Amino acid sequence: MEDHASGSVLYLDGVSVTFDGFKALNALSLVIAPDEMRAIIGPNGAGKTTMMDVITGKTRPDEGDVLFEGHIDLTRRDETDIAMLGIGRKFQKPTVFENHLVRDNLELALKGDRGVFATLAHGLGPDEHERIDGILETIRLADKADDLAANLAHGQKQWLEIGMLLAQDPKLLLVDEPVAGMTDSETVETARLLREIAETRSVVVVEHDVAFVRDLGVKVTVLHEGSVLSEGSLDHVSADQRVIDVYLGR
Amino acid sequence: MITRRLFEALGARAWLIFIGFVALAVLVPVLHLVVPEGQPFHVPTFAVALAGKYLAFALLALALDLAWGYCGILSLGHGAFFALGGYAMGMYLMRQIGSRGVYGDPVLPDFMVFLNYQELPWFWYGFDQFWFAAVMVVLVPGLLALVFGWFAFRSRVTGVYLSIITQALTFALMLAFFRNDMGFGGNNGLTDFKDILGFDIQADTTRSALFAASSIMLGLGVLLVAFVIRSRFGKVLLAVRDAESRARFLGYRVENAKLFAFVLSACMAGVAGALYVPQVGIINPSEFAPARSIEVVIWVAVGGRGTLIGPILGAVLVNGVKSVFTAALPDLWLFVLGGLFVFVTLFLPRGIVGALNLGWLRRDRGSTTRAPTEPPHTDPAKAGDSGTAGRPATVPAAE
Repeated sequence: MEDHASGSVLYLDGVSVTFDGFKALNALSLVIAPDEMRAIIGPNGAGKTTMMDVITGKTRPDEGDVLFEGHIDLTRRDETDIAMLGIGRKFQKPTVFENHLVRDNLELALKGDRGVFATLAHGLGPDEHERIDGILETIRLADKADDLAANLAHGQKQWLEIGMLLAQDPKLLLVDEPVAGMTDSETVETARLLREIAETRSVVVVEHDVAFVRDLGVKVTVLHEGSVLSEGSLDHVSADQRVIDVYLGR
Repeated sequence: MITRRLFEALGARAWLIFIGFVALAVLVPVLHLVVPEGQPFHVPTFAVALAGKYLAFALLALALDLAWGYCGILSLGHGAFFALGGYAMGMYLMRQIGSRGVYGDPVLPDFMVFLNYQELPWFWYGFDQFWFAAVMVVLVPGLLALVFGWFAFRSRVTGVYLSIITQALTFALMLAFFRNDMGFGGNNGLTDFKDILGFDIQADTTRSALFAASSIMLGLGVLLVAFVIRSRFGKVLLAVRDAESRARFLGYRVENAKLFAFVLSACMAGVAGALYVPQVGIINPSEFAPARSIEVVIWVAVGGRGTLIGPILGAVLVNGVKSVFTAALPDLWLFVLGGLFVFVTLFLPRGIVGALNLGWLRRDRGSTTRAPTEPPHTDPAKAGDSGTAGRPATVPAAE
């Protein structure tokens, strides 16, 4: 099995998760290559969020392999471990630390020793200051740096969260519905941000918004009832009769 | 250079509070000892003892604030750590009595002679030394918090469930300490103290010194909490309080952060207990009563959780009112306490200091900064959530 997985960033094979008899994931297999950006679409209940939960250690699969970088078994690790391995996750609902300044949110996300005593003794170095300022520019929040995160608009919170993921500098980034509730201009801006991020790392985007997926212009995987229904370019999958049936047939 | 860095690390506010308590530690003893009785500025003995007791309570409230206000761990059992620190100090004071007890036994405290103990139980060894007792004052509550917290936080017990088991913890300890064969004086606890460090515990000078010690320890407690919350770790604590699972996905060991805050808080509570016991002259199992721990939560809620001065103010204020009421209208006190809690929860959800801070913030915003171009995004459900004093605001993680 490791042979198949070698060279991939993320390798899922035959992953199944059952909640009270309901098969949320059903023998799901998925391979993400280094620096690849992948869009995952699928109707509600297709298992998109459960898949993210499995990869980030929130949910343990009943069976199947989940390998990171071809050899690290993610099913044996918890959320903190997996985050430190270099897998970042952005939630559907923006979850930033509302009682912290925008700047402090980024500081908390910065790569570095996260132990109790290390953080007790830690002062912010000049290079870290620079890095935070750089990210603030990228996510267009430089003028809000010293505002409480709670006072940001919805779209800005989404960007801040993307900025936190940048600060974390993960090898693999999981993004859950990044443009839900965004205005059109914010959506375009977010697509630009994500493409920029994807230049140096692998990104998996779960999204409902087909127009946004088209904007991203990447390979698409369609999930249905916990397994892969179709895979390919957006045009290819939208021409697939099974996809049309699932989305439009009923 | 070092002093400058220390100043910046702790912040001007913490240093001001510290200096205030050092000044108090000098002022009150002077007014008590130097200014003669009958003079308008003379502080009578009972007032020194009472104020010292309030300061010990304030340190306990500050300790709880570190765990609850800054890290969201609503402990309803902090009285247990306070009482354990108090018992450690009480054991030292018992052994200081020596052969001056009613039964005149040079080693065994009176209650042991009375209960037919033949020799000192092993866990009383070493308590004839002050340094040993002082170490135990911090160590015993700290260890209990470490073991308890290790299991609770690792199993991800949070919210109401955690509060309930902390309550169970203090209740179980109360029942245990009530038993005579525990070796801690049972029902009556430890009392009839004579000396502390060789000084008569009833003397005016000793009382003044104990007051000064309480005041300085409280000041140091404020500096310690300020150091913790102003470090990056402090930001992690707040992050854990507000969005625990987000912090986890950022790679923080949430259980370790909580454990550290909880243990440090328990140690501080132990010190508070050790300062309290010589000033009131008794420690008994009623200090473990669940209601006592809940009262501490009320002090913090009234003063303002998540602030440095709030818990101190709350502890002094509520206990001041309690002293007045229990003397004048003892039957009414519990109604007043309950009413106070309801009032604060409804009208001052962030406590007195929290409300004042908010007022200042609004005035500042109005005069100096321009209005934001976009309306700030507020989530009414969350605002309501943070309004209930029992729970810190939490952001649901996903879905």
